[in-house]
Amino acid sequence: MAIEINQSYNRRKHGMQSIAFGIFRALSCCIVVILFLILGFIIIKGIGVINWDFLTMPPTDGMTAGGIMPAIVGTFWLMIGSAVFAFPVGVMSGIYMNEYAPKGKVVAFIRTMTNNLAGIPSIVFGLFGMAFFVNYLGFGDSIVAGSLTLGLLALPIVIRTTEEAFKDIPNSYREGSLALGATKAQTIWHVLLPMAMPRVITGLILSLGRVSGETAPILFTCAAYFLPRLPESIFDQCMALPYHLYVVATSGTDIEAQLPIAYGTAFVLIVIVLIMNLLANGIRKHFENKLKTK
Amino acid sequence: MKKWIDIIAKRIFTVSGFVTSIVIVLIIAFLFAEAVGLFSQPVIEEGYVLALNKKNEVKNLSALEIKNIFDEEIVNWEEVGGGDVPIKVFRLEDLDKIYTEAELGDEYQFAGDKIVEQVSSDAGMVAFVPESLVEGRTELNYINDNTIPVGDVLLGVEWYPTATPSPIFGILPLISGTIWVSFFAILFALPFGLAVSIYLAEVANPRVSKMLKPVIELLNGIPSVVYGFFGLAVIVPLLQRTFNLPVGESGLAGSIVLAIMALPTIITVAEDAMRNCPRSMREASLALGATQWQTIYKVVVPYSISGITSGVVLGIGRAIGETMAVLMVTGNAAVIPTSILEPLRTIPATIAAELGEAPAGGAHYQSLFLLGVILFFITLIINSCVEVVSARNRLKR
Repeated sequence: MAIEINQSYNRRKHGMQSIAFGIFRALSCCIVVILFLILGFIIIKGIGVINWDFLTMPPTDGMTAGGIMPAIVGTFWLMIGSAVFAFPVGVMSGIYMNEYAPKGKVVAFIRTMTNNLAGIPSIVFGLFGMAFFVNYLGFGDSIVAGSLTLGLLALPIVIRTTEEAFKDIPNSYREGSLALGATKAQTIWHVLLPMAMPRVITGLILSLGRVSGETAPILFTCAAYFLPRLPESIFDQCMALPYHLYVVATSGTDIEAQLPIAYGTAFVLIVIVLIMNLLANGIRKHFENKLKTK
Repeated sequence: MKKWIDIIAKRIFTVSGFVTSIVIVLIIAFLFAEAVGLFSQPVIEEGYVLALNKKNEVKNLSALEIKNIFDEEIVNWEEVGGGDVPIKVFRLEDLDKIYTEAELGDEYQFAGDKIVEQVSSDAGMVAFVPESLVEGRTELNYINDNTIPVGDVLLGVEWYPTATPSPIFGILPLISGTIWVSFFAILFALPFGLAVSIYLAEVANPRVSKMLKPVIELLNGIPSVVYGFFGLAVIVPLLQRTFNLPVGESGLAGSIVLAIMALPTIITVAEDAMRNCPRSMREASLALGATQWQTIYKVVVPYSISGITSGVVLGIGRAIGETMAVLMVTGNAAVIPTSILEPLRTIPATIAAELGEAPAGGAHYQSLFLLGVILFFITLIINSCVEVVSARNRLKR
């Protein structure tokens, strides 16, 4: 009798388990389906629009025809600009946290601040960029102002990856270098930085992937609604892919006629993000393999 | 020489070490500097006055009352504390209808006299006219030019930032819109997020979870404007058809898009938390005869509950701060929402939609910065809570 009860209990609890796991599996499949739905939708609708003219022509006929070349170039400039700012500053900040700062309170404080910065909504960066870079420093609506605003957004990612990369370098390397008479700065420059570089670059590429898709920070600091020429200097406004997608999808003279342009723009944007992700993953894999063979 | 370089390097590293802190301080300073200006702005549009008949005793009107008077929703002075006289609204344009150009003078030099004449002729008249035309005229009473009160902004239920004669900056509709959308987003995302994170951490074999990881990373990497576009092109029409709505842009569309966007955050943080559950606890539970599922919901989940909560809270933070996707799919009606199927408007979407049109330094511009400050503090509080929880967890171990 007792054994019978036990068996039925056992059957029930295993039944519960298979139901629960079945649900988990189904919901996990759902996530994959959602991703492929979004990507597939954009890719299928967008790929037909892509041709050489679309990539190399400025928009024409009130943005209902022509290409998106100025937006591609603008996004490219913004990525470069934000990297020029965020990379050195972020790497130095990460190095300070790991190599110089007194362990404990100071590092914890900086880490909290970095996490807080990472959590600030992008539209607040946009507001700040407008108040500080555009108005207070007088850059106006320009690539500089946009790049700096986006650079602030990328900063926490670069800092985190740098800190982690430096943390994983064994202390023996530092001691070896110092024992040979090198100064701390020399140790960092000649020994630690080259070792951490692959991972730091991975972080940079990931952050640039994020920067390339951000719209809210450049709305009021840089992005031009329609500017069918290329920017002439870094104090020029420019078009950018994400903002262009927003514009052609929501406003303009003829939304129906703009729809193919929107699909094409979304496609190019997705491709850039995918390439950035693959690149970062590739570098990470390559680096991991190199470590293993060592 | 070597030593000097070393010292200089240390200085530079130290300065850049605090760059994030400096940026946060700057953000607070600049956002605040603009935002507090709102409360020293006059209720009535700058350069204008509201002139009343001498017999009228009303001295103070709130922005909302002024708007309702000019929308003819308030029609008697009794409703705003005056005598029982019907209200008659007089605008500057009315001058041209009553008087000829010659009577007003070719440079409007007689306009002041005519305004006084008109307002004096009717005890219920209120005139919205430029201050310069009636300057120093004691034949009329004027509504006091108060500054915008804090309470009217923080507790105001109407958002009409471009209304004349007095714009209304009640932020409650925007706050409730934000909360409404985020709440439903998390409601949708929670079961998915928990299920997937448990599946990844506990159930799936390593090969499967290695395949799922990039999927989640990609979901996280897709730009928000692409999510917005997808929502606009697919989810909005779908909702419109299923629920037979007049417009598909609704809080529900926003919630669905936000739920997808919040998922990666919830999944990664919750999965990390569960992976940190010590192996010994799991083994002890299994050794007592519990199934894997019983172990998960009786041991692993309770153990890592604070980490899971962190993930959910961070997901909420992401949902609250999201701008572009929400701007594109929620329809942007600044009213306190009564149903999730109606259009509504969030704080970030308001800033993004209106800052371009708001003249710098004006009350509207400053009110948008105030919204930015509120948003900043909401996310700061959320982040600090997560920090505190995870710091306590580190101590526990």
